[in-house]
Amino acid sequence: MTDVMIDARDLTKHYGPVTALKNASFQVNRGEVVGFLGPNGAGKTTAMKILTCFIAPSGGTASVGGADIFDDTIAVREAIGYLPESTPLYTEMLVLEYLEFAGKMRGLSGSGLQARLRRVVEETSLGDVIGKSIGELSKGFRQRVGLAQALIHEPPVLILDEPMSGLDPNQASEIRELIREIGRERTVLLSTHNLAEVRVTCGRVLIISQGEIVADDTPDELAARAGKPRFVATLRQNDHSASDIREAFSAIGDAQSVNEQAGAAAGELVVEVVPKGNQDLRADIFQAAVSANLVLLGLEQRGEDLEDIFRELTTGAGASS
Amino acid sequence: MNHILTIGGRQFRSYFNGPVAYIVICIVMLTLGFFFWNTFFLFGRASAREMFRWLGLILVFALPALTMGLLAEEKRTGTIELLITMPVTEAQVILGKFVGVLGLYAVLLVLTLAYPISVSTLGNLDWGPVWSGYLGLFLQGSAVLAIGLMASSWTSNQLIALFVAMTLSVFFWVLDKFLALLPTSAASALEWLSFDYHFQSMARGVVDLRDVLFFLSVTAFALALAFRALESRRWS
Repeated sequence: MTDVMIDARDLTKHYGPVTALKNASFQVNRGEVVGFLGPNGAGKTTAMKILTCFIAPSGGTASVGGADIFDDTIAVREAIGYLPESTPLYTEMLVLEYLEFAGKMRGLSGSGLQARLRRVVEETSLGDVIGKSIGELSKGFRQRVGLAQALIHEPPVLILDEPMSGLDPNQASEIRELIREIGRERTVLLSTHNLAEVRVTCGRVLIISQGEIVADDTPDELAARAGKPRFVATLRQNDHSASDIREAFSAIGDAQSVNEQAGAAAGELVVEVVPKGNQDLRADIFQAAVSANLVLLGLEQRGEDLEDIFRELTTGAGASS
Repeated sequence: MNHILTIGGRQFRSYFNGPVAYIVICIVMLTLGFFFWNTFFLFGRASAREMFRWLGLILVFALPALTMGLLAEEKRTGTIELLITMPVTEAQVILGKFVGVLGLYAVLLVLTLAYPISVSTLGNLDWGPVWSGYLGLFLQGSAVLAIGLMASSWTSNQLIALFVAMTLSVFFWVLDKFLALLPTSAASALEWLSFDYHFQSMARGVVDLRDVLFFLSVTAFALALAFRALESRRWS
């Protein structure tokens, strides 16, 4: 068995005159959790539909678990557990009924099916709603039913399209936890437009914009690539003037610039210190404050955020990278 | 085969979780009762011929209501995506859906047995034509259901599917009713394409292989077109 579980090569998809996907190539290895990130309409869903064999690409090809999406669609589908966008389920069915159906469609039966049912119900904490009809469930529970059906046949690859959209923060964090759990043993490709999600759940990020893959890196690397860290210190004003403080912090050897920032509360001063390189200046700032007799109320490190990179890459500027 | 039965079984059970199946069954039974008993005593014969005459017509209108949602509703809600991305072929999905609705139709036919049974208590009923009539109904119904499934594969709107299926089915049923207006050569061709022409001879008790093959061909043809429509989604 190969270690490249998803291998997309030059995927292109035209819908009439619209190009939804343009020469998209990427790989996902065994055991990785990869986030597919992009604005709405960037081509995330199209790419996922191609990988699950729901639609065929206009150009290029892909393989999942070693099986080709043109030549061996059944093997591809067997290897994948899929949760489509907005979790379309048969709302008139009971949760248990539905999961049994999904299991049978995946070739399970008898005691094997029962054992898998018990396991996924436990994994997704569906025990309390197993006898309810899917239509009665909250969005969070429906999402879990969607995940449960995707997991029923222990697929090596999971493809989840916006698994956390439309959930309240509590539900989202539960689902996130669940996906992290799942990701320990399986290959997961999930799409989202929420950057915070990617940070916590994914080991690698593919940023897609207007049908093209514009970045492929770990969240930390991406953040680091974007720029230097900055340090923001909040100080008690007492009778210090802004220039006293600037003087005190400029003494820090690695500091490149010290700027007072607007928006401080009454009696406080906020100062931003930018290092020359990528140094961590938090200790130096503390020392400098102490030796100048300044009262340090708060100190925060800010990198240029994934948000900024995302915006930069997906608003036209990214096409050149 | 297992997949076909799993899909069919799910479809069959889901009919009983919604109103459509109950409504269709009630309407068929009530209209049949009305038309049948209305004229039954005028003939003064213990025969089920009249029942088949009416039932053939009623079902042409009623069955498209059972098939309209088969694929259209799955497309509208998006559940088709989960269904098709399971390890099944498009042909299995189409056949599964067809088996599911055919099962419901069989239940409906069994319920209508109440009429010949009550006729048989009133007089000496010849059961031979009854059974051949039921075979005819089942075959004509299969054709109508396959046409309905085909219409449902063309749209994500149930009402459009219903309208298209009803129009096509009624058209094929009514074909042999205007033959007097046409030259003989055209008339015999059209008669041969008519559902009712093939069905009525079975309701008389004549099981002709050509009639059986006619309905089976229409069914297979409509299912093949439904398969094509479902498959074309991949390449659109």
